[in-house]
Amino acid sequence: MLLKELSELHGVSSGETAVRHYIRDRIQSRVDRIETDRLGNLIAHRDQGKKGPRVMLSAHMDEVGLMVVGIDASGLLKIKTVGGIDERVLISKRVLVGPRRIPGVIGAKPIHLQEKEERERPVKTTGLFVDIGATDRSDAEKDVKIGDLIAFDVEAGPFGDGLFKGKALDDRVGCAVLMNLLENEYDLPLAYAFTVQEEVGLRGATVAAFGLNPDLALVVEATSAGDVPPLKKHQASTRLGAGPAISFMDRSVIVNPALIQRLAAVAEEAGIPYQFRESTTGGTEAGVINRTRSGIPVAVISVPCRYIHAPVGIISLNDFTQTVKLIDAFLRDIEQRGLPV
Amino acid sequence: MKDLLQRLTSIPGPSGREDQVRAFIQAELEDYCDELTVDTMGNLIAFKRGGKTKLQFAAHMDEIGVIVTAIDEQGFLRFGKIGGIRPHRLYAQRVRFQNGTVGVIGAEKIDDLKELTLEKLYIDIGATSAAEAKTKVSVGDIAAFDHEFVDLGQRVVAKALDDRVGCAVLIEALKRVSKPQNDLYCTFTVQEEVGLRGAKTAAFGIEPDLGIALDVTGTGDTPEAPKLAMKLGQGAAIKIKDVSLITHPQVKELLSTLAEQNGIPYQFEVLPFGGTDAGAIQLTKAGIPAGVISIPCRYLHSPSEMVDLNDVEAAVRLVVATMEHPVTL
Repeated sequence: MLLKELSELHGVSSGETAVRHYIRDRIQSRVDRIETDRLGNLIAHRDQGKKGPRVMLSAHMDEVGLMVVGIDASGLLKIKTVGGIDERVLISKRVLVGPRRIPGVIGAKPIHLQEKEERERPVKTTGLFVDIGATDRSDAEKDVKIGDLIAFDVEAGPFGDGLFKGKALDDRVGCAVLMNLLENEYDLPLAYAFTVQEEVGLRGATVAAFGLNPDLALVVEATSAGDVPPLKKHQASTRLGAGPAISFMDRSVIVNPALIQRLAAVAEEAGIPYQFRESTTGGTEAGVINRTRSGIPVAVISVPCRYIHAPVGIISLNDFTQTVKLIDAFLRDIEQRGLPV
Repeated sequence: MKDLLQRLTSIPGPSGREDQVRAFIQAELEDYCDELTVDTMGNLIAFKRGGKTKLQFAAHMDEIGVIVTAIDEQGFLRFGKIGGIRPHRLYAQRVRFQNGTVGVIGAEKIDDLKELTLEKLYIDIGATSAAEAKTKVSVGDIAAFDHEFVDLGQRVVAKALDDRVGCAVLIEALKRVSKPQNDLYCTFTVQEEVGLRGAKTAAFGIEPDLGIALDVTGTGDTPEAPKLAMKLGQGAAIKIKDVSLITHPQVKELLSTLAEQNGIPYQFEVLPFGGTDAGAIQLTKAGIPAGVISIPCRYLHSPSEMVDLNDVEAAVRLVVATMEHPVTL
């Protein structure tokens, strides 16, 4: 299963190689040209003999994780977060360290040895370490180097009623959407960008968009679903199972209203369920793409995901399927009617 | 000028929804420039030929505002902010949507003003159900402060003087300039309040030799005010520094010399907070010298911003003097 394989690959920001190779192998036969740019973005072109507006589709390959920043005398690894992680979710998680995927456990002071105040406060990364079972520093150095990236060790798979759980669904689900779209034929010059280092500052997309300079960009993301307690209904942002989420604004971008209207109209005509992302927080690659060169119109379509940026997230498989359908219908609409902006 | 300020500030135009402001300025400038264009982001660029050096002036059309994020069962609207806007500035204010719908901002029960966060506020448009509310407003709709223009004589009060006063200065300067000595790219930019976005892409397209933003600045002339040198009525402010920019020394020199030569009242400005379009312009491509002519303004980002017409006039004269001076850098 594509989603399961994508989710279980390691791709903490700057270490996206495994994801890039996986995607490249599977889409190579479906593209006119494929390139890896100098920052590591994988860019697949489907533009041979195509006329019309140039559309860029982007999804980021990287995920949040940790980095080894030191090894202490007892062989325990000091760590720092890469990307925005809630430090409270880290304790006692199983992880895999470095390119050789050395198993480890995130440890902390046991409850018996904690002071009362310590028990009441979440542990910061500075109080956490990764234990790879090494006896001392030189033993640890046989398997691990400072700078090695650490990903969560999580088995992905479908569960419940049409749901799917796994790590890194932000944004492997976006990668999966793009790979699904690559199966189709469009009468438009398209560029599929699988980008790097989104989680640490939208870095890959910044240079990919400058290089491609498209007429329109579509960012495919996973976004937080807050349909859980204690959030009130109006604070949910998105809801699992209610279809792809269309963004109107976040911290990084204000989407052109004409684009939003067209997306909503296309969804309604095709009978595809959709929701608006009812929040203005967070940022996506749309922000940097929008401000590239003389400005590039951009929209964001997201698959809602519970427990985003944690070791395990949950999405609805139907939301995923409907996201592919919505973007497919939108591209068909551009084929027919041109750009809405 | 008062009339222009009144008309400009009465238009709702929060970031991303500047179209009505743009249409107004387009109509004002039709007869006063060689070319009027609108770029991808929505920036309006009024071009006037005059010389070898490319000068970009930038005044932003957008203002702070609110955006509807959810409509509840009772028809109350929850919202997010557009630009730097504090909850206590919003509470009990009226806001107006682009379609004319007016709402008042209410708050959930709080015991202390410190608990007043954006999440506790909502907009009441007088609807009694979600269905009724949705006939007037949709999720994603944007509203601005709804407040009347007040003429206090030498000083005026209005919402959105940040930065419609900059727009007014640039419009007036373009109308007055008789012998431009530089190619003038007068840009009325979008989305300044959410991160200098319009100016960034406009400057990339224009690639000017010099960029000058026209914007408001804070003052230190009110009771127990923060320690700022700028005062209302003391002339146009020539920016030395803010968070986004350290003014290019030659630009500061150019502007202050022109002010001296033309007897234009001016003051220097160091602002420890905020940024302007000039910050985005200076970092474009391989770098562009940039500066700011500011109009001192009290009660920034509130529904009642106040400027002094002497400062506005001084800013117009300084912009015209710059346009008519053969600039070499």
